[in-house]
Amino acid sequence: MEELTLAQAWENLVLLGPEIWQASLETALMLGIGLASAILIGGPLGVWLYLAQPGQILANRFVAGVLGWLVNLVRSFPFIILMVSLVPLTRILVGSTIGPVAAAVPLSFAAIPYFARLVEQTLREVPRGVVEAAEAMGASPFEIVFKVLLREARSGLVASLTILTISFLSYSAVAGVVGGGGIGDLAIRYGYYRFQTEVMVAMVVLLVVVVQLIQFAGNRIAQKLDKR
Amino acid sequence: MISLGSVSKRFRHPDGGWFDAINDVSLSVKAGEVFGLIGFSGAGKSTLLRLINLLERPDAGCVLVDGRELTALSAAELRRARQNIGMVFQQFNLLANRTVAENVAFPLEIAGWDKAAIRARVAECLEVVGLADRAEHYPAQLSGGQKQRVGIARALAPRPKVILADEPTSALDPKTTQSVLECLADINRRFGVTIVIVTHEMGVVRAICHRAALLESGRLIEVMDVAGGEVEANSAAARELLEAA
Repeated sequence: MEELTLAQAWENLVLLGPEIWQASLETALMLGIGLASAILIGGPLGVWLYLAQPGQILANRFVAGVLGWLVNLVRSFPFIILMVSLVPLTRILVGSTIGPVAAAVPLSFAAIPYFARLVEQTLREVPRGVVEAAEAMGASPFEIVFKVLLREARSGLVASLTILTISFLSYSAVAGVVGGGGIGDLAIRYGYYRFQTEVMVAMVVLLVVVVQLIQFAGNRIAQKLDKR
Repeated sequence: MISLGSVSKRFRHPDGGWFDAINDVSLSVKAGEVFGLIGFSGAGKSTLLRLINLLERPDAGCVLVDGRELTALSAAELRRARQNIGMVFQQFNLLANRTVAENVAFPLEIAGWDKAAIRARVAECLEVVGLADRAEHYPAQLSGGQKQRVGIARALAPRPKVILADEPTSALDPKTTQSVLECLADINRRFGVTIVIVTHEMGVVRAICHRAALLESGRLIEVMDVAGGEVEANSAAARELLEAA
């Protein structure tokens, strides 16, 4: 095989520019849907899981047990197996099993219990005494959640969301290979099947940069929100 | 103002046995009084205080505050009744991500006050505790004594008839203790708020209480009168505490 010069490699990448852009959008879409589901469904689930623990304001051994078991159940599936198992459901929900929207279904399924657990753990760091003070002032459970728990834990919640985003950027690459598209899929198709190593390297570099940026932004926001 | 009728409270030990935290205690606190709950560690004084606003629900007996039987209220009614009972904690329990002013505003938001009224009342309460210049600080930027004064301002904000103080000075040094106690005594005198204060120090009782109940092993031993800084006590346990002070 012919030796590839740096100039040629660059030229190949430039030619692939539109595809790389397209793949980036697909990754962003998968991640966006997955994270939105995690926040909108996993967030409340995590709060409920926390409140149902013994000693908390909605303590209920049965609810805590069932929710905890469900969260563990979904989390114990290796992601690739979860994806395959959800194919029928994906077909019902999206009408197709390929493309970024279809791939977002198993991604959401994995992200919801993951974030729920992160939220529950983060809320545990709010001192019990602060919640008790709010109870003594006559706050309702709703006010305790929104005015006390979420506000006091906000910087930890941002840190949790940062962890979730980075994990799921990686999961989205797996989902991509099985028909979802995106950066991971592009890297495999060109970099691996067509032996265009420069594409593989470029995609990995792109992901490294994105991960660093997400972590940096997450840290900054968490730090700004933390007045403790 | 406050009346406890034969209240009892038991807790379960981790090993499965039962522990009588409060055993058949009856007590009444008059309106406008500063009333002490004193005893050694584990005597049940904090539990007794927490029974007054039902942070702990008694297993037996009834709790009356300002003419209402709290033990007979629904959850929503109890929340409304609690807005009339301020509470001050040993560890302050301020919201770390809210400023001083926002902390004092918190009980008013819960009580549904409008924004302008909240702003005015917060300024007033911070004035009372001498922290008007710290309104925009966060609790982490304050000293222990300042934090406790924020806690007192917060308890005072909704114009409660009763303030419950759970060892409010035990995390503070003697000099700061003095100023926090003066702050509580001042509030009692100026606004006629009934105060119940838990302490293990006779010094606190002497400094601000009109009367004090002595507890031992969850039982009421005696109610002592305090006159001119002198405690009139009869029981052996009370004398022991007096000598320790």
